[in-house]
Order: sequence, then structure tokens, then C-alpha cells
Amino acid sequence: MNADRILGIETSCDETAAAVVSRGSDVMSSVVSSQIELHRRYGGVVPEVASRAHVELLMPVVAQAIVEAGVEDREIEAVAATHGPGLVGALLVGVSAAKAMSMVWDVPFVAVNHLEAHLYAAFLEEPDLEMPLVILLVSGGHTMLIVMEDHLRYRVLGGTLDDAAGEAFDKVARYMDLGYPGGPVIDQLAMEGDPAAIRFPRAMANGGWDFSFSGVKTAVVNHVRKHPDAEVRDVAASFQEAVVDVLVGKARRAAREVGAKGLCLAGGVAANSRLREKMLDVCVADGYRAFLPSRAMCTDNAAMVAAAAWWRLQADGPSPLDVGADPSLRLPTIS
Amino acid sequence: MLVCTTHHVDQTRLLAAAVAGLARDGDLILLVGDLGAGKTHFTQGFATALGVADRVTSPTFTLANRYVGDIIINHLDAYRVEQIVEAEDLALPELLEDGVTLIEWGDNLTPVLPLDRLEVRIVMGDGDDDRRLELTGVGPEWAARWVDLEAALAPWQVV
Repeated sequence: MNADRILGIETSCDETAAAVVSRGSDVMSSVVSSQIELHRRYGGVVPEVASRAHVELLMPVVAQAIVEAGVEDREIEAVAATHGPGLVGALLVGVSAAKAMSMVWDVPFVAVNHLEAHLYAAFLEEPDLEMPLVILLVSGGHTMLIVMEDHLRYRVLGGTLDDAAGEAFDKVARYMDLGYPGGPVIDQLAMEGDPAAIRFPRAMANGGWDFSFSGVKTAVVNHVRKHPDAEVRDVAASFQEAVVDVLVGKARRAAREVGAKGLCLAGGVAANSRLREKMLDVCVADGYRAFLPSRAMCTDNAAMVAAAAWWRLQADGPSPLDVGADPSLRLPTIS
Repeated sequence: MLVCTTHHVDQTRLLAAAVAGLARDGDLILLVGDLGAGKTHFTQGFATALGVADRVTSPTFTLANRYVGDIIINHLDAYRVEQIVEAEDLALPELLEDGVTLIEWGDNLTPVLPLDRLEVRIVMGDGDDDRRLELTGVGPEWAARWVDLEAALAPWQVV
């Protein structure tokens, strides 16, 4: 089935977003309304606050996306929404709204996997990416090393055994009273710190494809307990270096092993400066193409949802209207 | 109160497996402890002992994970839940009807929790891998099982 101009909706966590994308890569508009200010005083996303804010923000954000795209409602050819994984109450807001709009406008509804949407963020800026690609998907809720063999065809090499990479950033930042969200705060502080000041553990750096970030988090806690006057910038830089080393090391090894054409970053942690820098270094050294989506496309947005929907709609057709929100949805894989 | 010590995360997992041997449908277990204390590791040992083959990861992002083993295991995280209004939205009564429920950072929720529960407080010790686990039964359900629990945890108990 073909529908070129797709309205995408994203409400899986703390961003309310809508976008109009044509043919999976031409971004006509992308509006993101962040709830960060709302959640900052809690030091993290509070689910019910998130759901209420999505309800209030979604329709204005959708209206703005349509206006900015310069189209009329009736020119939207399909409506897509993230249906998982994420916070169930938050997901339901976007899914219900998208179904309602698809019924009113009499166009297909497409339920999109949030993880698949992150993988399609790279294609928004580079529609002709050559595959196979090794994609490192790192966010507050996920850490996955994925091989994308072809469109919609993935193999998951490994994932986290405990905490997600972004979760480790958030928790370390909260433990050290640095503020929320933890990623950008640590990124900023680390720029002035010494990444070699403290040697934090690189868990499972050489073994297998899985990750573990619970140990480095505990090591930071132990270090700060023993050295209460440790230089915060150095702790931040050393912690970040340990996490980035493991992420980049495994991605590099995966690219070599599968004969990848390129290495790609996805997810909110992909906005981290040090991770981008080291990924680029590795790609230059090993001769892979590096795809580092802009920061706006790494973090949650709806353009990536509309892009993934365009591919899914062609392959699978519209989603039935009884597809609901699934907080623990997994990435569909081959084999 | 039962006090145990472990010196490695694998021992914490084993201790949790011993607790799991006494768990029943409808049980509620609160896991209390600082960042990095080992609450998720406890849950991993507990779930594995009850036949869960899936990977048990931190529930901080999704707030609630559900695993199916010999019995159902609900793994919740109240790390970000700081207001009772929001605690009510976790739909605890519904969850508790089905399987064993473990809640990390559960002390945030004490005012809205049912009476019968096991509280496991994990305290970080002197060595980086040393942990002290303090188990307290609240209500008749755990009082009836206390002698069995003491026997099961004898290998780690501090006398």
C-alpha cells in the first residue's frame, strides 16, 4: 500500500511530537514539545505528569505540524503513531489520537515500533544509506547493537543485561545532584574534566555483544562515597569515557565482523558529544561511513515515526484499529 | 528482623533465589537500597530461581515489567514515583492479584501498600562488593513463613 504524505505522532515518553514526512525522507515539518521543564523538579519522568501533558499538548502540536508543512488536513494520506515500547499511559494518548484522525480523515492508521523509528532517523538525513549497517541504539530505556541487513530486516546482536546507557547517565547525575536530564549535564561537565582521572570499569568490553552498565554506576557511587571531595568534572568525564569506550568498542567490532558498509548512531544518547567524536574517529580509522544523525533526530521526534511508517505501510499495509499500546514491544527481527 | 551479609553480587542472587523458594502468588516484596545497592540483581536471582528465562533488566524506564516463570513475576520501579497520587496510578491492587510483585525503591510507596509484605533493605558495606541485607516481614503471611525463611537464609545470616 502506498501513501506518501504521512503524519507521524510520538508520545512514548516525555516528548510530545508530530511531523509530516513525504516518502519516508522528505521532512515537511517536525514539531517537538518537550516536557523536560515539567519533569525537572522530579529529577526524572513522572508517568502521570507525562500522560496529562501529552493530552494537553498533542492537538496543538499536530495542528502546528500540519500548518508548518503547508498542507491541508485532507492532504494527509496516512496517520502513524508510536505504539510501544514506552510508558503505557503516554503511548495511549498518541495511539488513540492517531486512530481517531485516521477514521475522521478516512486514511490508513500505522502503528509504529519506537525502536524501529529510531533506526529510521538516519534515513531522514541520508535516504540512500547502504546496507548492511551496524546501528548502535542508545537511549534512556534501551541499549542495543543492531545489524540492519535491509529495510525492515534487523538482527539484534546484543543488548543491556541491566541498566540502559542513558539510564546510567541519569542515575549518576541524580546521585551527584547534577540535575535532569543527566545526559546533557554530564556531557557538558565532562568537557572540562579529565577522562583519565579515574579508571572506572569497562564491563564486558571484550566479551560478547551484550552490555552491562550497572557496574560502572555502582563504581561511581563507591568512588564518590570514598572521595566526597572528588572533582565533579573529572568523575563525570571518567564515567562518560568508560561508557563510551564500551559502546564504541563493541560497535566497531560488530562492523568488522558483519562487513558493514557503515556505522550509525541512534537514540537520545547518540546526542552525546564524546560518543559522536569517538564513533567518527573509529569510522575514519577503519574506513566505514559514519552516520551521526543531527541531535534533533537522535532524540525522540515524530519525523522518524512517519519515516518508519512509510516503509512499514508499503510492506505490511495499514495496522488494524484494534492494535493497542504495548509498553514492552520488541524490535521485530529476522531469524 | 533477619540480617544477612553477602560479599559478591552472585551471593546476593543466590540469597534471592533462596527467598524465591518460599514465595507464593500474591506476595509483595519491597526492595529498598541506594543506587547501586543491587536491587535489580536481587530480582534477577529471584526470577531465575522461579524459572524465568527472559532477561531481567532495570524497570526504571518502563516502570513495570512482567515475567512468566513457574509463577508470574511483576517487577516494578518506584524510583521516579514521588507522589502518592502517582503511586495509585501504578495500579498496584490489580497487579497484586496475579503473581509475585517486587518493587524497587518501594519505600516511596509505603503509605499506600497492603499490610502483608516482605521488606528487603540492602545496605552497601565497607568493601565495594559487600552488602548487608535486612529482611523484615510485615503481617501474618510472612510471620507464618518466618522459621522457614530463617532456615533458607542460614548460609548468609549474621548471628
